[in-house]
Amino acid sequence: MNANTTITHTQGETQLMARFETVREELAGSVSVDALRSAAAAQLRQAGLPHRRVEEYKYSDLRAFMKSAAPLATPSAAPDIEAALSALDSYGDLERHRIVIANGSYRAEFSDAAALAEDGVTVADFSAALTADDGAQLLATPRTAGQDGLLALNTAFVQGGVVVDVRAGTTVSKPIEIVHVATSEGAQVTRCRIAVGEGAGLRLLETFTGDMGSGELNAVFDYAVGDRAKLASTRLIAGAAAGPRLLTTIATIGADAEFKSLGFIAGPGFARNQQFVNFTGEHSDAKIYGVSMARGTSLADQTLIVDHAVPHCNSREYFKTVLDDSARGVYQGRINVAPHAQKTDGEMMTQALLLSEEAEMANKPELEIFADDVVCAHGATSGQIDEELLFYLRARGIPEDEAQTLLIMAFLSEAIEEFDEEDVTEVLEARVRDWLAVKN
Amino acid sequence: MLEIKNLHARIAEDEAEILRGIDLTVNPGEVHAVMGPNGSGKSTLSYILAGKEDYEITEGEILFNGENMLDMEPDERAAAGMFLAFQYPIEIPGVATMEFLKTALNAQRKARGEDPLSIPDFMKTVKAKAADLNISMDMLKRPLNVGFSGGEKKRSEILQMSLLEPKLCVLDETDSGLDIDALRIVSEGVNKLRSPERAMVVITHYQRLLDHIVPDVVHVLSRGKIVKTGDKALALELEKNGYADYVDAAA
Ligand SMILES: Nc1ncnc2c1ncn2[C@@H]1O[C@H](COP(=O)(O)OP(=O)(O)OP(=O)(O)O)[C@@H](O)[C@H]1O
Ligand SMILES: [Mg+2]
Repeated sequence: MNANTTITHTQGETQLMARFETVREELAGSVSVDALRSAAAAQLRQAGLPHRRVEEYKYSDLRAFMKSAAPLATPSAAPDIEAALSALDSYGDLERHRIVIANGSYRAEFSDAAALAEDGVTVADFSAALTADDGAQLLATPRTAGQDGLLALNTAFVQGGVVVDVRAGTTVSKPIEIVHVATSEGAQVTRCRIAVGEGAGLRLLETFTGDMGSGELNAVFDYAVGDRAKLASTRLIAGAAAGPRLLTTIATIGADAEFKSLGFIAGPGFARNQQFVNFTGEHSDAKIYGVSMARGTSLADQTLIVDHAVPHCNSREYFKTVLDDSARGVYQGRINVAPHAQKTDGEMMTQALLLSEEAEMANKPELEIFADDVVCAHGATSGQIDEELLFYLRARGIPEDEAQTLLIMAFLSEAIEEFDEEDVTEVLEARVRDWLAVKN
Repeated sequence: MLEIKNLHARIAEDEAEILRGIDLTVNPGEVHAVMGPNGSGKSTLSYILAGKEDYEITEGEILFNGENMLDMEPDERAAAGMFLAFQYPIEIPGVATMEFLKTALNAQRKARGEDPLSIPDFMKTVKAKAADLNISMDMLKRPLNVGFSGGEKKRSEILQMSLLEPKLCVLDETDSGLDIDALRIVSEGVNKLRSPERAMVVITHYQRLLDHIVPDVVHVLSRGKIVKTGDKALALELEKNGYADYVDAAA
């Protein structure tokens, strides 16, 4: 976008500009953070919200979807947070630590910081960290993200979040669930910086609950996976939501490390889960999974770039999408292999199951390979339920609805099972069943 | 039990008639063998009985225990006692065999107004029947038919049949792909199910299966018609002389 071009702002964009003017004084940050926020707002003013003429947003026109921009959510009252948390049914009885971000701000009194400290994990308030002299580094964006509009929107408005550090050599005994709670309507813009120290291990659960009205959720998770460290994150973007659900992962992976993630989308009208995964050390693995379900007129977008900037790393990308009614699914995945990143092994697969004639899937797997000694493969499929399989099940007495459910479940489970986080497998499969049950 | 009257069928999309006037009555307790050259319509007949939608019935009717079978959905037919052991059982990735067996059995019980089987009872039954058919628990843990050998798939079909205890068993070339021992084991499994209340239609090309499962009636199907019906001696004669005598008769 040329800097001299002025665009005609939509109502949503105009309201976002006004929102920035209203809140900029209150938003936390050092002088340099403030400068970054202003620059991001300027980018937004110039380029507008990401829209279909921006390659990365070709199928997910946020400008068209965000007809209005709600004000930022104001701080939650404690009893409301309590009520929301007791109603939360994300992972049942699973033993876990909890970190609570309510209406965009870290709430220590509802978080298990003390227990986490004993487990080798420190938790700090992201907004407080932004005011430190070096606060601006918390807003750094990777080269792979370019001038991404969602990240700019996040930088301009980020309210709070957490900075989590897992001490080197520590394997955190229980998963940590970072719960985003909305206790009132309004936008929530958060950022979490999760550093898993050298040789440490962490399982992370990311959950979002509560009604934000038409407000957008814009959450960035910035993971630094140290050398020989392991991080597994499960992101649950579920439940009907009127406003857009905009999630961004930045992953920076050290040497001999392992990063694993699963992005689960079921329900929101507009959900985008975008990931920038960057290898910075050799002999590391990234396994990125996605499970998307959409019906009605919903959009489920899984977008990622996996950047093999160094040799000897493996990445696996495996995405499953089920679409009904006139829902739309998007998969845009790119594996970059730098000229010297020899011995890269990348295997990307995206598969969609269309349950209706009107459902649409945009599958765009891409490889950009500049090294010669690599093994990279990609594939994409899109189709209906196999009639032969359906007939076989029905011939055994299983009614059509139930047979369909069995086959859809089997289809999605392939990714969930390969993700192989036993704690969450059952919960995710139950969510799939719940989603399917709504129709039947 | 089964009455097929003047059944004509073709592939829905094009005009080729595959079945051209089949008449067949099978009474409870009887075992009928259906033989006939490749492409004569044996599998087509079995698919139509199971309720596959690829075919258009242009004439005739099928009564199953007095009910119009062509009006029933495939799962309704199964619950009413129809079972087809497929010539080519398909693989269903992601669906565990055990889970599938339980779902199928309980769906049929539900359709008949019966309570679901308790899990321990179910497990006990499956284990016993699997052992009879030389099917390992390891196989049952795998996704349905995925990676099963040809013979294992056929045994898996017979396991399903013995578990579901249908009234009408249609076996489409269950013997193909079985080694000599498996043929005996599977035949024993089938014979165990023979009873005065149950009928069987056994589609096969070879006498060796009929040595084990001795039929009451043998039919020759050629170009979509039954051209000859006899007793078990007919199969022996076919084994010796081939179909030449009957194929011409159908022309
Ligand atoms: N879905 C279909 N589409 C097109 N042709 C079909 C279809 N099903 C059956 N046919 C044709 O109908 C004829 C009968 O096929 P069928 O499979 O019933 O034969 P069969 O008697 O079982 O043969 P085999 O002994 O080889 O198993 C064949 O010519 C076959 O090609
Ligand atoms: Mg056949």
